[in-house]
Amino acid sequence: MVSLSCYVQLLFVTFLICLLSAGGTADERLRVATTTSLYDTKLLDALESRFEEEYGVEVDIISGGTGFALEQGRRGDVDLLLVHDVEREREFIAGGYGLERRCFAYNYFYIVGPADDPAGIKGRNASEAFRMIADAGERDPDVRFVSRGDSSGTDAREKQLWKSAGIEPAGRWYLESGQGMGATLIMADEKRAYTLTDMSTYMAFAGNLSLVPLVTESEELLNVYAAIPVSASKHLDLAERFLEFLLSQEGQEIIANYGMYGRALFYPAAGRCTEIGCNEAECPGEMVSRVG
Amino acid sequence: MDEITRGFIRAIELILELNPEVIEVTLRSFLIALSSVTIASLINVPLGSLIYFHHFPGRSGLINLIQTLYSIPTVTVGLFVFLLISREGPLGSCGLLYTPYGMIIGQSVLITPVILGLTISALSNVSDDLRDTAISLGADRFQTIRTVIAEARGPVLAALLLGFGRALSEVGVAMMIGGNIRGYTRVLTTAIALETSMGNLEMSIALGLILISIALVVNTVVGRLQEW
Repeated sequence: MVSLSCYVQLLFVTFLICLLSAGGTADERLRVATTTSLYDTKLLDALESRFEEEYGVEVDIISGGTGFALEQGRRGDVDLLLVHDVEREREFIAGGYGLERRCFAYNYFYIVGPADDPAGIKGRNASEAFRMIADAGERDPDVRFVSRGDSSGTDAREKQLWKSAGIEPAGRWYLESGQGMGATLIMADEKRAYTLTDMSTYMAFAGNLSLVPLVTESEELLNVYAAIPVSASKHLDLAERFLEFLLSQEGQEIIANYGMYGRALFYPAAGRCTEIGCNEAECPGEMVSRVG
Repeated sequence: MDEITRGFIRAIELILELNPEVIEVTLRSFLIALSSVTIASLINVPLGSLIYFHHFPGRSGLINLIQTLYSIPTVTVGLFVFLLISREGPLGSCGLLYTPYGMIIGQSVLITPVILGLTISALSNVSDDLRDTAISLGADRFQTIRTVIAEARGPVLAALLLGFGRALSEVGVAMMIGGNIRGYTRVLTTAIALETSMGNLEMSIALGLILISIALVVNTVVGRLQEW
């Protein structure tokens, strides 16, 4: 029989250990809120482990949609954001929540769908393809579109594309999954539906999907990833250091060389920074221009 | 603190203004959990009695297994049912994935161990004297079983309530099997997960409060019924 006081002592000791272990490491940690695509494809793991090795800083990554990342930034719960929705990013900085926006990588959104392509969108441009999916969806019960509907960066782009197609998406053919990109791709695959996805998540999942890319690299589908240090962060020096690492030759090379199945998932922003729609302030200088 | 207060106020606003989407999601949550607990109890209460009244080799091992499964993670059940009903799975041709029916199957599976195990333990807690008295008064086997079950109805009802609560509040099965499709399989828990991921924290708090209110109402009603 163990006595009550023994339990209490044990509890106390455990509590002390928790306190000590929590206090000991709290200062050296950098918190990064990231969009799911950078995390799910493991690109961030590759960058993180190199950075931790070089600088001895623990990086904690919190993965969620761009909407969630921005909210965490507003609340000051994280130090650095890695997101992909230009409009909301600029709003975030204008609101005083972020210090600066720096473009570090890009790729493209894909419109993917069943291989037999019942709406016939293959080779069209993005807004035309969206209009055709909506038309076919009204007529043909086999044509469907799965939307993220979660105010992520991809969701924001999708809404923009519907707008430029002049369509208010609604009806039986338009499903909102309210989940991340991976889960949404699996749902679209099960339902033989179309969806808009970022290229990297699609490639990471492609082995398990029967969906094929139907509309790919075009200006309308450009997807730019940016880093924003959070104004309220207590570790701004660490955030800046990670940002510099991302934009350094080494960081940009990791991004360029990171691939799956022999294909690149992301392109480094270096050298093409203004071509992908970032302004002078967002791609300052020497760091970026060193890699061509 | 402010935010939590605002969440409370928002919850009351949402209920008072009868926001159609919130009402729809709430009703759907309630109906799916209720269907699951109905199906699971129709199967498991008789099955539990069967296990309690019969002695067979491996019985105590089986009961141990059932009790262990109380803590089966909801996502594991979700995964299992997903593999069963996805297009490639053995029941793929039924088209149950991402439908409310699939969710009901998943939640029924999820709460099966709880209802089964607690039914057995409810029956075990009925005093042996009652059973002996019934037999000595000339009750046949069937009448004896009925007497014992009638005596255990309170704890069995509590088991059903617990099952209802677990079905209502779980998110693993609802997300993996239902898919959180707006206007079709979105329930309170998956809506909370979504609103949180979108950064709408007040809305999440409000939906959470609505969920707890349902549980409160159901518990109160069932409690009253028991007193009758």
